[in-house]
Amino acid sequence: MTNIRNFSIIAHIDHGKSTLADRLIQKAGLVEDRDFRDQVLDTMDIERERGITIKTQSVTLPYVSRDGREFELNLIDTPGHVDFSYEVSRALASCEGVLLLVDASQGVEAQTLANLYAAMEHDLEIIPVINKIDLPSADIDRVKEEIEADLGLDSDQAILCSAKEGTGVDDVLEAVINQIPPPSGHSDGPLTALIFDAHYDPFRGTVVSCRVFTGHIRPGDTLRLMSTGGTYKVEEVGLFRLPREPKDELKAGEVGYIIAGIKTVGDTRIGDTITLDTDPAPDPLPGFKEVKPVVFSSIYPISTEDYQNLTDALEKYKLNDAALIYQKDSSAALGLGFRCGFLGLLHLEIVQERLEREYGQSIIMTVPTVEYHFTLTNGDTLSVDNPLYYPDPVTIEKAMEPYIRASILIPERYMGVVMDLGLERRGVNSKFNYPTPGRIEVQFDLPLAEVIYDFYDRLKTVTQGYGSFDYDLLDYRAGDVAKVDILLNGEKVDALSQIVHKERARTRALQACERLKEEIPRHMFKIAVQGAIGGTIISRTTIPPFRKDVTAKCYGGDISRKRKLLEKQKKGKKRMKMIGSVTLPQSAFVAVLKSEGK
Amino acid sequence: MNDTKKPGLYVHIPFCRSKCPYCGFYSVPSTSLVPRWLEALQKEIIHYKDRFDRFDSLYLGGGTPTCLDVGSLRKIMETLFDHFDFAADTEMTIEANPGDLSEENIIALKDIGFNRISLGVQAFDDRTLSFLGRTHTALEAEKALKNLRSFGFENIGLDLIYGYEGQTVKAWKNTLEKALSFQPEHLSCYELTFEKRTLFSRWKEKGIIKPLTEKELSTLFPTTSEFLQDHGYIHYEISNFAREMTYASRHNQKYWRHIPYLGLGPSAHSFQDSTRWWNVRSIRAYCKALESGEAPIEEHESLTKEQFILESISLGSRTREGFDLNEIPPDTLSTENLSKLQDAGFIRIQDNRVIPTQTGFLMADHLPLLLV
Ligand SMILES: Nc1nc2c(ncn2[C@@H]2O[C@H](COP(=O)(O)OP(=O)(O)OP(=O)(O)O)[C@@H](O)[C@H]2O)c(=O)[nH]1
Ligand code: SF4
Ligand SMILES: [Mg+2]
Repeated sequence: MTNIRNFSIIAHIDHGKSTLADRLIQKAGLVEDRDFRDQVLDTMDIERERGITIKTQSVTLPYVSRDGREFELNLIDTPGHVDFSYEVSRALASCEGVLLLVDASQGVEAQTLANLYAAMEHDLEIIPVINKIDLPSADIDRVKEEIEADLGLDSDQAILCSAKEGTGVDDVLEAVINQIPPPSGHSDGPLTALIFDAHYDPFRGTVVSCRVFTGHIRPGDTLRLMSTGGTYKVEEVGLFRLPREPKDELKAGEVGYIIAGIKTVGDTRIGDTITLDTDPAPDPLPGFKEVKPVVFSSIYPISTEDYQNLTDALEKYKLNDAALIYQKDSSAALGLGFRCGFLGLLHLEIVQERLEREYGQSIIMTVPTVEYHFTLTNGDTLSVDNPLYYPDPVTIEKAMEPYIRASILIPERYMGVVMDLGLERRGVNSKFNYPTPGRIEVQFDLPLAEVIYDFYDRLKTVTQGYGSFDYDLLDYRAGDVAKVDILLNGEKVDALSQIVHKERARTRALQACERLKEEIPRHMFKIAVQGAIGGTIISRTTIPPFRKDVTAKCYGGDISRKRKLLEKQKKGKKRMKMIGSVTLPQSAFVAVLKSEGK
Repeated sequence: MNDTKKPGLYVHIPFCRSKCPYCGFYSVPSTSLVPRWLEALQKEIIHYKDRFDRFDSLYLGGGTPTCLDVGSLRKIMETLFDHFDFAADTEMTIEANPGDLSEENIIALKDIGFNRISLGVQAFDDRTLSFLGRTHTALEAEKALKNLRSFGFENIGLDLIYGYEGQTVKAWKNTLEKALSFQPEHLSCYELTFEKRTLFSRWKEKGIIKPLTEKELSTLFPTTSEFLQDHGYIHYEISNFAREMTYASRHNQKYWRHIPYLGLGPSAHSFQDSTRWWNVRSIRAYCKALESGEAPIEEHESLTKEQFILESISLGSRTREGFDLNEIPPDTLSTENLSKLQDAGFIRIQDNRVIPTQTGFLMADHLPLLLV
């Protein structure tokens, strides 16, 4: 076991984790050079399209050290975006150490710190690595200072590296074997293996990713899931090797996978401990902290008949995204669905996209909202994360909403516009830091609700893409809120309701009407779009009917062409939702949240 | 009468005197390839010999058939008669350009056997004609119409275009009135459309020409319909009017009723036994294929039952015949929308047929989407 090293690469977003992983994988000769593609561990299409890591990925690399010793390195590449921090925290539970990357030109950023703290909580060995030293804007001295001052680490220990060009990669590997301790724990005791991830394979059932802490497990064993007591025959164990590689056994200290005919998806719980039925461990491993979602939205199938499909898809999806929380929900307009909690807006967007792409679901997501706390006149308190359950306004004594501490890093010249944006979004307690000459960090306390309302888009616009944004949850503070309803031809569409700050209600209602006017295709009849608080209409607009939809000619060939067009339109219509007699496109449900059109 | 199931024959003559800037049909403004093309057409005719039942409509369209010399036209017709079977009462239409109709030519067309003329008049004032890029004058059109009558043509159809920038309802009514003074048996009134890849559509994008607003266009459409109906015409398809149903284009109706048709010439479409196929859209490719003994077909498609039904509904939404509910499997149609559309006055149901109303015609492209 002394030849095993388990470590994660952690960093702020885009600091080069996946690129460094590429170099390590290539050094190990795991992928033929001609088959290599950049960020090879970013296997999902969305990851490749967006250029970010969303899922942690494990891979086991063979390594021969400078002094000729053979090692088995379990590397876990992690996402840098704050919305996926739950992925990181789980990966850390399988490791003895981390490579903490810092971009040589960006320096220490919010997630660098957050991830460092997470690693420290797990008592891990931390190796600072300054990456991207090839960049002309690299400022190694400054970054070293930040590593000392902000991270409290010894900057002399920092390895200088360019993951892109491959410089320093050997030093990184040597540091891994020399500084990170080998896993402890015995291979002979009872089995304890922590499930830190899983995914559903249509042919093999659930594939569990785990770290074995004690004991060992082999095909043919009967495993027991400690939380449910369910037992399963082990079919295959192995290492993650791009792709999987079966092995005779997984033993203490190793990271790998187990396939055990766990066909009922719901049986597998991330954080559960696997043991052996014949020789069970007395106690399970600690598992993981619960996720605390901050943004909420409901998911409905476009076609109500697909509810069961969606249920199955969500269950399978959840295996691979432990941060998603959901429970049953229902709406008058959209039927049965699920109320979901997300770690942020990007998380929400990714869930939506993956459900559609990987699971073929056509879904509608309702306006995201935060969780409000109400004190009612009768003294009761109430948490509401769904406009459907908004209390009767006359019974509300006091409303509280969640605040965050936002930190926005920008070149100095954008300070004015960012201050304006902060004030516009009810920001208070502004504070400035000057991490480096020319750059400024603006901090605000902001209502989280203001952030989920297209804050990030606006920030990008006003800073021309130069602003980076991060936040921590602070506390709950009093806020004067109201529920804005949307009516289509006089009919309230509950799925379009949103809870907003009273000061904003009219503007938001107006914007929602305008957005809907853009999103809803014209119908054969006029559609009145109204925004209302209680019974009072506060905004309105109309979508005029179209008067004419006919082409003059239809001869021989046009018939095929015309039919093909119709078929296409029909398909498009399938992805729309009938509310009363009005057809709403999926996009309408999120559009109400945007302040500006596309 | 018109209610035959016999197939129709179409020949696409892909030549014009010059290319009109709004026209999306396949044609070239040069006759240099005519001899080679004629040879190829002969081959295509022979290729389809015995593959279709007796035809009862023949349509020479284009392009501009009358920009071929009379000898060539005669040759084409003779070959067709030699290789295909035609019913005694076959409707034989030729599309003609007013500028091509000298007295001699009219006599020749009659002699060759055409019994129906579709005349591309488009407008009755020279300014509009030149805006549309037409090569004839208003006077030529009037003369042609008179001569066609006096040389014995008893089934004359007239094509008009409306809906261009600056056209008022009044001006359009004047055009219609002028047209009616010749008592045509048939009128096609086409709203100007901006077809892809035409000069007009490019000009529209660049803002050189401005289309009328939806509101203006949606006034012109019923105006046309009402005006012509007031004068005794039957509005039997979105853009087509006949003095009596016997004068409705027998050939064109085959397209709308899924009756078989054979199309010869580049870009022509054919339909038989639920299969539709169409020729290449290039004279050269067309000739090359036939010269090397191959059919000049670009693509085939076999309609599934579902597609067939969708087409029936879509085509039926464009004609006063509508479509037959008996032919539609009950579960494909939204009965709820059917009655809604009926209540709203877009369709009526008669003898188990769904028939679009005047306002329904205006929504013809949309009705199928609501119904299936
Ligand atoms: N110049 C230079 N660019 C680098 C280097 N390492 C990574 N990059 C670039 O930085 C960008 C981000 O790299 P990734 O490896 O995807 O970053 P990451 O940390 O995995 O990002 P997330 O997974 O989204 O948090 C890519 O465009 C890389 O090509 C380096 O050493 N030098
Ligand atoms: S409108 Fe007729 S004459 Fe003009 S280019 Fe088209 S086919 Fe030729
Ligand atoms: Mg990455």
